[in-house]
Amino acid sequence: MPIQVLMPALSPTMEEGNLAKWVKQEGDAIAIGDVIAEIETDKATMEVEAVEEGTLGKIMVPEGSEGVKVNSLIALILEEGEDASALDAAASAPAAAAEQSASVVDAAAPVPAAPVTLDDVQDEPEIPEGTPMTSLTVREALRDAMSEEMRRDDRVFVMGEEVAQYQGAYKITQGMLDEFGSKRVIDTPITEHGFTGLAAGAAMAGLRPIVEFMTFNFAMQAIDHIINSSAKTLYMSGGQITNPIVFRGANGAAARVAAQHSQDYSAWYSQVPGLIVMQPYTAADAKGMLKAAIRSENPVVFLENEILYGHSFDVPDIEDHIVPIGKARIARKGDDVTIISFGIGMTYALQAAEELAKEGINAEVIDLRTLRPLDMDTVLRSVIKTGRCVTVEEGWPQCSISSELGFRIMEQTFDYLDAPVARVTGKDVPMPYAANLEKLALPNVGEVIAAVKAVTYSA
Amino acid sequence: MPASASGGAQKSAAKGGARPAINRTIVEFDKEQELHAYREMLLIRRFEEKAGQMYGMGLIGGFCHLYIGQEAVVVGMQMASKEGDQVITSYRDHGHMLVCGMEPKGVMAELTGRKGGYSKGKGGSMHMFSREKNFFGGHGIVGAQVALGTGLAFANRYRGNDNVSMIYFGDGASNQGQVYESFNMAKLWDLPAIYVIENNKYGMGTSVERSSSNTDLSERGASFGIPGEQVDGMDVRAVMAAAERAIQWAREGKGPYILEMMTYRYRGHSMSDPAKYRSKDEVQKMRNDHDPIEQVRQRLIDAGLASEADLKAIDKEIRAVVSEAAEFAQTDPEPDESELWTDIVMEETL
Repeated sequence: MPIQVLMPALSPTMEEGNLAKWVKQEGDAIAIGDVIAEIETDKATMEVEAVEEGTLGKIMVPEGSEGVKVNSLIALILEEGEDASALDAAASAPAAAAEQSASVVDAAAPVPAAPVTLDDVQDEPEIPEGTPMTSLTVREALRDAMSEEMRRDDRVFVMGEEVAQYQGAYKITQGMLDEFGSKRVIDTPITEHGFTGLAAGAAMAGLRPIVEFMTFNFAMQAIDHIINSSAKTLYMSGGQITNPIVFRGANGAAARVAAQHSQDYSAWYSQVPGLIVMQPYTAADAKGMLKAAIRSENPVVFLENEILYGHSFDVPDIEDHIVPIGKARIARKGDDVTIISFGIGMTYALQAAEELAKEGINAEVIDLRTLRPLDMDTVLRSVIKTGRCVTVEEGWPQCSISSELGFRIMEQTFDYLDAPVARVTGKDVPMPYAANLEKLALPNVGEVIAAVKAVTYSA
Repeated sequence: MPASASGGAQKSAAKGGARPAINRTIVEFDKEQELHAYREMLLIRRFEEKAGQMYGMGLIGGFCHLYIGQEAVVVGMQMASKEGDQVITSYRDHGHMLVCGMEPKGVMAELTGRKGGYSKGKGGSMHMFSREKNFFGGHGIVGAQVALGTGLAFANRYRGNDNVSMIYFGDGASNQGQVYESFNMAKLWDLPAIYVIENNKYGMGTSVERSSSNTDLSERGASFGIPGEQVDGMDVRAVMAAAERAIQWAREGKGPYILEMMTYRYRGHSMSDPAKYRSKDEVQKMRNDHDPIEQVRQRLIDAGLASEADLKAIDKEIRAVVSEAAEFAQTDPEPDESELWTDIVMEETL
């Protein structure tokens, strides 16, 4: 049976082309790799190479033909020992081409998300009554989390700028070089793109790196590896290659360091499938969440806050304090309105709730803790109870965590809402340097109180 | 396997004066090695020709970058490596996978986006992996694999084993910043990293001369103290000789090594590249005078190690393997629709 030569597709989008020229003629011998014809597309002229050897038996589409459809039969090649009598049958046989039908996706009509139905839950405290507590700063809690996990698993190591000999730019890794040595507490050159890629590769090879970014502003140099190399590889490998790596460091505004050093990346990373994104507020959570992040098989973006590093909180004084990924925490119970925040935003939310309580408004305050995946169960349960919601974050408003929460609350609890969801965010400007302008750019307690009064119609 | 015939003198990258020309020192192959190289290179060639054909039929979508012409590089490198050494490369990756021992059926089925592909059809031509075969991708971002591969080398050092990581990238990628960030750390920590620059003369449509201030890419490690050499990448014996020098260097703990393989791709950058930036004569001359497979074929015949009939039989055998892969890649079903939602994150167990 002669070999059918079909009009080739030469780009992902080509549907037809012109047969500009036959380089080989009927009767010519053809070797693999020989150019047999030239084809013109809207973009370029391309050569068609033979992928079988033999003799060009018959040209089916003459040179100069225009609009030749991809996969239509353009020529027949006779194999060794075949003669022209074999051609007729082959010419009438249907082209062995892949069927190309216009793709019409069976798109389901957009339907509103089903209103939420929630099972009853046991209202158990996360930390049992009577658990012994120790007061620690967030800084100490983060260090303890890393040290405990490094004692437990020798695949865990920490690398970054100034993490070892300098004891950490923000002293998070203080003392760790002494305990674990320079093999596992590694000072890197100032080379974010490079060391993030290196760590991502080490994770692919089965180690469990903790990458410290001095601040997340500098991680923008490395964001290709966080997203393209770490977040997407499990999917692109069909589940073969896991990426157990933690990217951690200070995120968001510190104080008076201006636009390039004061950005909150919560919303950026939370958009990416394949990543876990966490942001602790208390020291207890900082410790328990970081331990969970280090043990996760997934790439985790762990967003800390420089201002919170020095804040002290009670931390459970127990063997292995772990806060599960994907679980929000109800920081304060209330019935009148739900305030949702995370990280340093919690300082505004909790203070506002205190003030509001004096005026008889009892706010329930939720600390999201994990930003991807969001614990919508806890959020929706509260909003169904209160019917009103205010979100608080330091990041920019457009496509923010607040935007996402507002949308999901609208989708799933629309009928329970007694007021539109309100948000308090950083202002839609680069962070200014001047003290008064910086203060204006960030959210404050007064704005949260005003938003709560607006949604409770009590202004 | 005979020892390298190179004599073993290693050049230092930090040097003055005239550079030696392209290193054409070879390993003298015995019959078994010649036949092994012939088979491996021919498998890549036939596989890629078939992939090109199937692309033309609309069976393979998106981008498809063929390795035709460059076969000697990965085959020679792999002949000098040992079990446990890792390989990582760019999107021009089909040849590397085949030589790592990955199944042609699984690779071809990934190209057609089928269930039986190495990534269940979710990665495509540019994104395939095999942890079992120590092949770490398949990376679509130019240069990303250089930092990632340096991390593979870091893991070897961390674990204290004597494996090396072979990190392939092109002349185009050699201008990415992260390559130099990686070189710096690799030498700073003396990581067992072999950087294999496959210089096929064009980064898509831009020649090395038009993109690089110094066209001798083997010198790119000089400021870090990483030795480098230019190698005849069309002669599989020269590639293997160079690979042995570099791998020995890295295994002994002396740190990274750069091999600039002077090679050539016969086809365009990807299937949709008409390659108008170079003359037909240039391509034809490489095919006629330097084809890596033809060189081995000629040696086998001239030395009486194989007859035309023997080689034809090998060719037939390889065609059968490739046809079987192509058949599988067309009949294997597409991934189940439920696969859209799998492998995004590992389930959290805490």
